[in-house]
Amino acid sequence: MLAPTAVLLFGLFIFPLLWSLGLSFYRYSALRPQQAPRFVGFENYAWLLTDLSIWQRFIATGVLVAGSVGLQFLIGVSLAFLLYREFKGRKIVLSILIAPMMMAPVAAGAFFKLIYDPSFGVLTYVTKTLFGVQVGWLEKPAPAMLGVIIADTWMWSPFVMLLTLSGLLSAPKHLLEMAQIDRAGRSLTFRYILLPHIKPLMMLAVLLRTMESFKLFDTIWIMTQGGPGDATETLALALYRVGFQYYNTGRASALAYLMLAVVIVLSNFYLRLASRASSPEGET
Amino acid sequence: MNLKKMLRVVLIVAVSALYAFPVLWVVLTAFKERIDIFTQPPKLFFTPTLDNFASIFSDSASDGSAFSSDFGRYFLNSALLSFGSVFTAIVFGTMGAYAASRFPFKNRDFAMFSILSTRMLPAVAVVIPVYLLYRTLNLMNTYLGMTLLYTAFNLPFVIWMMRSFFDEIPREIEEAAMMDGSSRFRAFYRVALPQVKSGIAGAAVISLLFTWNEFLFASMLTGEETRTVPIALAQTLQGERGVDWGKLAAIETLYILPVLIAAALLQKYLLRGLTFGTVKG
Repeated sequence: MLAPTAVLLFGLFIFPLLWSLGLSFYRYSALRPQQAPRFVGFENYAWLLTDLSIWQRFIATGVLVAGSVGLQFLIGVSLAFLLYREFKGRKIVLSILIAPMMMAPVAAGAFFKLIYDPSFGVLTYVTKTLFGVQVGWLEKPAPAMLGVIIADTWMWSPFVMLLTLSGLLSAPKHLLEMAQIDRAGRSLTFRYILLPHIKPLMMLAVLLRTMESFKLFDTIWIMTQGGPGDATETLALALYRVGFQYYNTGRASALAYLMLAVVIVLSNFYLRLASRASSPEGET
Repeated sequence: MNLKKMLRVVLIVAVSALYAFPVLWVVLTAFKERIDIFTQPPKLFFTPTLDNFASIFSDSASDGSAFSSDFGRYFLNSALLSFGSVFTAIVFGTMGAYAASRFPFKNRDFAMFSILSTRMLPAVAVVIPVYLLYRTLNLMNTYLGMTLLYTAFNLPFVIWMMRSFFDEIPREIEEAAMMDGSSRFRAFYRVALPQVKSGIAGAAVISLLFTWNEFLFASMLTGEETRTVPIALAQTLQGERGVDWGKLAAIETLYILPVLIAAALLQKYLLRGLTFGTVKG
């Protein structure tokens, strides 16, 4: 019963990936298919490691991942604690918060482009009237990076919130009641009853978000196309550019493999954590 | 104590407003006239107009901009590809998930890991070889090619999510049915499947969203005939002539409307879906 799946996944993922593994050792341009690929050994990989601009892409990617995962974690966990206790209308609030992550990154990018617009954007207006400065969202390097991080955080901090909240709500009620009867302080209750329940889930959230923002493409592409200059040019964008603007297919394949290696390492961690998160009984 | 409670309410309202704002603002923009969009300070109150919506589907943009293209077709393409590929993915995916849940075949964990890992690959890394493959097979700019691709995208997700649902239902009922002479497939179809109906609904809606929202592959592999909404959106946004924000906002409003409805219905499954069935919401 798994056979159709196996065939399709092999045909559309495994086989093409093997193909591009091969291509990463060749000089080849998809633009000139009639020109046979020329074997160059590790030249493409050598280019990756020695080209200065690639290191800058690494730094940009690192800033993006650290900034957006960090913010998403802080905001997400705070939101979870804010919404932890039942109240009227919680369902509606949750619906509002999860809506962003279901939207197309392209749409989200366009929302924020409108908000950041230098001449009539709302945020431009707000920052100008409040602080008297023209921030130049998406116009200057640092605000552009921050702008991308804000957009990603808007979309995905509720995801961290959801995971944390599900951990909080799964903490056994009788333990919480006992803690109350025993007059255990808040910090004790948190440390010994709640934390063990939410810790694996929070780690899972951080890992998933790290993986996703490492690959983030659509949002950045729509908002800045890597600009201004190369301020928001992450590895994912660089890969796109090398592959589909310079049509250096060999080099792009090598870069793709570098990114794959990172994601494979991360997804191994993910699976290990996920199997622990789904059985929290084994935790405490 | 009362003050604290009030502070909490205020905070919750503020947070909700902040998260709803970007969407609300675009929806408002969609109903604004050109002059109301480009003013500073931004206008919160204005006389609404439907012009922007009307202009999406008409071919006559006054300035001859990219909007003259036919958005009706792009919406239809998006819907066709989404429903076609999700239907196929659900059919094969639930079968595969059932197999993975009920038969402890050799290397099952490895097989499941491989299936999941295809979903974790960075899309940008896969798009190059798929592009070459499609070009060789003449699948570029075809409905068949896009449906196959999106089916392959959704399969790993459907399998992982549905497996977690199958794992939860007792196998004894199916075993009893088979004792009474029904075949394994009949037991799957008549006994197991009805018990995971809600799971199927959840998996289907989340896969529909994935496909409806997909950008990168569509931008590389579709052409004028098969173009989907996000691609057309991006093209309009990055056009040379400057952006017609009113029209763009109207398109976006229509584009995210089904998503908003799904968001309201879907709360229960979202967490499970986004973590591949490992976390029960």
